[in-house]
Amino acid sequence: MAYNLKRELNKPERLAGGHRLCAGCGAGIAVRGVLRALEEGDKAVIGNATGCLEVSTFNYPNTAYYDSYIHTAFENAGATLSGVEAAYNVLKKKGKVKETYKFITFGGDGGTYDIGLQSLSGAMERGHDMVYVCYDNEAYMNTGIQRASSTPRFADATTSPAGTEIPGKVQNKKNLTEIMAAHNIPYVAQTTFLGDFRDLHNKAHKAIYTEGPCFLNVLAPCPRGWRYEAADLPEICRLAVDTCVWPLYEIENGVWRLTYEPRRKLPVEEFLSRQGRFRHMFQRGNEWMIRETQDYVDQQWEKLLKKCE
Amino acid sequence: MKKMKAADINETISWQDITLGAEIYEPATSRYVQTGEWRVMTPVFKEDKCKQCLLCVPFCPDSSIPVSEGRRTDFDFYHCKGCGICVTVCPFDAIDYVREEK
Amino acid sequence: MAIRERMSGNEAVATAMRQINPDVCGAFPITPSTEIPEYFSQFMANGLVDTQFVPVESEHSAMSVCIGASAAGARAVTATSSAGLAYMWELLYVAASSRLPITMAVSNRALTGPISIGNDHSDSMGARDSGWLQIYAENNQEVYDNFIQGILITEATRLPVMICQDGFITSHGVANIELLEDEKVRDFVGEYEPEEYLLNAENPLAVGPYGTAPYYMEVKRAQAQAMKEAGTAILDVARRFEELSGRSYGFIEEYRMEDAEMAVVAIGSSAGTGKAAVDQLREEGVKAGLVKVRVFRPFPAKELAEALGKVKAAAIMDKAESFSGCGGPMFAETRSALYDLEQRPALVNYIYGLGGRDVTVDHFFHVFRDLEEICSGGEVGEVYRYIGVRDGGAEK
Repeated sequence: MAYNLKRELNKPERLAGGHRLCAGCGAGIAVRGVLRALEEGDKAVIGNATGCLEVSTFNYPNTAYYDSYIHTAFENAGATLSGVEAAYNVLKKKGKVKETYKFITFGGDGGTYDIGLQSLSGAMERGHDMVYVCYDNEAYMNTGIQRASSTPRFADATTSPAGTEIPGKVQNKKNLTEIMAAHNIPYVAQTTFLGDFRDLHNKAHKAIYTEGPCFLNVLAPCPRGWRYEAADLPEICRLAVDTCVWPLYEIENGVWRLTYEPRRKLPVEEFLSRQGRFRHMFQRGNEWMIRETQDYVDQQWEKLLKKCE
Repeated sequence: MKKMKAADINETISWQDITLGAEIYEPATSRYVQTGEWRVMTPVFKEDKCKQCLLCVPFCPDSSIPVSEGRRTDFDFYHCKGCGICVTVCPFDAIDYVREEK
Repeated sequence: MAIRERMSGNEAVATAMRQINPDVCGAFPITPSTEIPEYFSQFMANGLVDTQFVPVESEHSAMSVCIGASAAGARAVTATSSAGLAYMWELLYVAASSRLPITMAVSNRALTGPISIGNDHSDSMGARDSGWLQIYAENNQEVYDNFIQGILITEATRLPVMICQDGFITSHGVANIELLEDEKVRDFVGEYEPEEYLLNAENPLAVGPYGTAPYYMEVKRAQAQAMKEAGTAILDVARRFEELSGRSYGFIEEYRMEDAEMAVVAIGSSAGTGKAAVDQLREEGVKAGLVKVRVFRPFPAKELAEALGKVKAAAIMDKAESFSGCGGPMFAETRSALYDLEQRPALVNYIYGLGGRDVTVDHFFHVFRDLEEICSGGEVGEVYRYIGVRDGGAEK
């Protein structure tokens, strides 16, 4: 059925208000968007790696989830939900569970790109019928904006500060989406928050309703860590996509497909200049940083276009 | 072991009454938490200007724009933190953003 | 009729698992427990169990899978050793504090370093404060019996349980064993019907919150109470198991302690070696006895005080270091358990058998000779001692 925002929003909400995420946090938007793709009537168990989302959405005694929820630790969201899914398969076969359940786990980029990568890789390789959703805000926000492998080059983070000798983070961002694609799982996609949420919704729906392990990487801006006004989130997301810093694409059964191509590819400055974490790149004498960032984004974009041909 | 309801669990609870393994046996108990008091700026819904495109709804991180029968209603101010995303996303200028009077 | 068999301790555990037919087993191979998931996956491959085996990429994930499965409402089991147990560390605490029943077989092995595959208790002793119940076996029969009982104990207490045996010594040593019939074991463990679980369609469950300061301590206090009360369930399950098998179990086993003047306290297979020494000494008229600790968590403080209150001197055997600089873990806790006695025996500690170092009857003779000296009024001297280590002379 073609996507219809009004119809989707008529479904009951699956993430309640009253959680303690910062005002304007992208994680809350990501969770609502993904869970909205669940069919009404289908049950779900939501997993969660330790991180901003976890400490904010299940702060004893307050859970923000309408569905069953489990958090155990930082580095094992993939394995924990594997166990839940394994239990479901057995209990369903034994007739102890009758309803259809879906398994969706959320991890931040720290819990996904870094400390939880092994557990995620194992869960995907074993083929559990689950969706792993990374809400990527490009640094360890829960502990105070430290650099991660997901942090882009030159970003000013508290363990990769921009100084007189070192210009912020030295390394480029790890391409986790492609690492997940290399697992040859049935569905991998990256998305963010745009317009009527069609892109995120369709991808989440495919991920949830494709049998087997699926992975979604959702760019989820963090106003505090990226240093922009919370209300500007929609524009930040739009610029990430239109500069091709965060291209929207999916890999379905090995077939790569762009799901959005900017009408006019914007220069990276447009994205960078809106965020305090890149401010030093705009100081005199630092033009090379912008140039190198543009070169890198162009090169990655060209590579992606070839894969999507 | 008693199965305490989240609404009855507060900072006076004894160890004998705390839920086993700190489990919670109900859905969405965060609804009891008032996060509206975090607001500095407040969105103001101008119903006459609203075209019911609903683009603001999925952008709300706090599930604070209720939808009923395909139409959005006024904000859930018990939970809205006043981030202002809905204000910038609205194509019809149907949401004002004002400093809250305390 | 019971089935007479010959098998290793690992095979005995795997056989118990087959008979229990758990819902989920997540495991990763590590010497010397590897054979347990191997045997078990063969049972699965042959359709003998309904279990979903999750062949994880690490022990960390093995414990995570068990936690997820248990929270979801499934009966979950696993097996590990040494570094594998260490890698689970954080999740041991998660399992226990979330009050999730899990039965884990531990084939005890030394913790690194230097890396060693030999037996000692440094792995599970290191995890003694993680909130898990710990039950140790002297031989193959006991580990089989303990594993079956473990299922009911963990479900009754909602505390996860480690069923420990000595790596290689009993895990690989083939010995006579009396197995129960499959149906008897299945009847004994019954169906697992948790009250609350993630897959309960009637009512969602949320597990694993952020526990802020106003709540954390109450959660811990309640967990401590569960450990204090766990003994009741352990004894209750033991009584029912005895009705089924004729074999009786308690927190500790007192061996020839009725009139003993001196005693050794040991855990695991060394208790068997110690008993042989006691028998021989008894023939020589020496009033020697032995106390075997079966349940280490909860710690049988009252039972040890009662058993040792009657002797003049006792040696506490520790197959693990704690690097406290003043003795091993068994010693520290046993000495503390005896503190309130009006008449306390002299206590000495022997660290022994580390990293697979042989433990012989002669070692126990040596220990008893030391105790005899103390009993006859000799100086106790240094209580923190090593036995079975090459000693190049006086300490500097």
